[in-house]
Amino acid sequence: MSALLEVRNLNKRFGGNEAVKDVSFDLEPGECVVLAGDNGAGKSTVIKMISGVYAPTSGTVTLRGDVLTGKTPEAVRNAGIETIYQDLALADNLDPGLNLYLGRERTRRILGLPFLDRKTMRDDAARVMKTLGITVPDPSAPVREMSGGQRQAIALARAVHWKAGLVILDEPTAALGVPEQREVMALIERMKQQGVGIILISHNLPDIFAAADRIIVLARGVVAGERRPDETSDEEIVRMMMGATL
Amino acid sequence: MRSLLDAWSWLFLILILGFFEIYAQTQTGGTFLFRVYSLQAIGVAASQILLLALGLTLVIVAGHIDLSIAFSTGFAAVAMALAIRAAGDDPSLAMVILAMGVGLLAALSVGFVNGWLVASLDVPSFIGTLGTYGIARGAALIVAGGATVSIRSDHARALGNGQVLGIPVPLLIAMILALACHYLLKHTKFGAHTYALGANRASVERAGVDVKRHLMLLFLLSALTAGVGGLVYTGRFSAGAANAGEPILLYAVAAVFIGGASLTGGQGTIIGTVIGAFIIAVIQFGLVFSGLPPYWQFVAVGLVIIVAVLVDQSKHRVVGGGS
Repeated sequence: MSALLEVRNLNKRFGGNEAVKDVSFDLEPGECVVLAGDNGAGKSTVIKMISGVYAPTSGTVTLRGDVLTGKTPEAVRNAGIETIYQDLALADNLDPGLNLYLGRERTRRILGLPFLDRKTMRDDAARVMKTLGITVPDPSAPVREMSGGQRQAIALARAVHWKAGLVILDEPTAALGVPEQREVMALIERMKQQGVGIILISHNLPDIFAAADRIIVLARGVVAGERRPDETSDEEIVRMMMGATL
Repeated sequence: MRSLLDAWSWLFLILILGFFEIYAQTQTGGTFLFRVYSLQAIGVAASQILLLALGLTLVIVAGHIDLSIAFSTGFAAVAMALAIRAAGDDPSLAMVILAMGVGLLAALSVGFVNGWLVASLDVPSFIGTLGTYGIARGAALIVAGGATVSIRSDHARALGNGQVLGIPVPLLIAMILALACHYLLKHTKFGAHTYALGANRASVERAGVDVKRHLMLLFLLSALTAGVGGLVYTGRFSAGAANAGEPILLYAVAAVFIGGASLTGGQGTIIGTVIGAFIIAVIQFGLVFSGLPPYWQFVAVGLVIIVAVLVDQSKHRVVGGGS
């Protein structure tokens, strides 16, 4: 199987500070890789280099063989990598349909004038969310009236609908209650079943073990180790996060 | 409960119309509402407010404010009057249209500066447009030489005082612009992005929308409708005055908020603003009609603004508010 994403020897230097040193890993379709690490370990810097927000000092990122390094965040998203930040970047006053299509809205012409096709966008949103196991109670209601898990599902639906091959999730459960955390973990599982590759940033150990196919631990900007969840333990991961092993 | 709160401005409009009608029937034995003159007077008063409030509605939905419209209106009025004067006594229709173009350019120049300040320099719109409020006021007074610029033009007068099938031209212009702004806000991508911008700037930025360009267009639109207000003013009074829009600014802002907009952005509709403008126009005309000193209109409109804000707050309480 060829890798979906190949990250090779990424380095990032901010002035004299080496934030990320020689980070490499692969990701297969439908696989979930967790980037674990303490604050300041370089997790965010790594994903920002993948999503195009930062240009690496050296190293390359390729998606299905295409080099992404040096592209803008928009070009990276169009190539199929969707990054979902903690704040979700939803427009709370709009319905799920418009949030799904924001920036790429569908219109139909009436008397030659383009009108937003709210119904089609709503139906699409309800359908995509259903594939993620979420039923939208009222598809015409603004998303601020929805639960944290449902809102997360809209952000994920955007990735599914626009055929993102890879979704990067930055601490998706950090601001959620326990039932909603479970909902999000279930969403991740369904995305994997649809063949979407996932990079999950987390320092919540239960999340890490629940979602990960592989755990890559970063400590002080370097890969401190890589483990499968069934061949490691909480303690070992924590020790690696603290930079004690290897 | 929620739909009742959404409809309160309709109810309020009907209520004050009913109030003045009963007053007229019992006190004067005549009618308030069912006279062509009343309807025309209310329509013209509402159109004056609307021309400033229409573009402003989109700016407020996007989470910003435009105070400079008070003098974009005056600047446009004065510029048009000066252009007509330069063209001689009672100039041709083509020259009057050209003069209207000059007036609109004057207003758009204010909008451009607003857009540049807010979009490119990240100046808060309240401060930025307060600055251009002063600058446009000064510019209008300077080009007008500090005086009212009177003109003689039948074409211009028709713009402010003409009628089409009994409908005053200013009202007709305001309604056409209202329809255009309603379409823009409710049915286009531009409108959807305006709402999203008011709720969460990051949502539109990450969706790849050029937010700076969007803000620039919003402030140009706001200046444009206010500028049209200035043209109508010059036509109506056969004179351009720098302070043409100043007394209307408060009413325009009030109409937008009575119509359901929120200071924090993300809400508001053109239909709401139209109702808001008519509520204020009915109060204005009704108080004159009933013979009360006209100064009471300021008190009455002030009270309506406070009621509008209270309704907005209780609406948030009913639906549990935003996040």
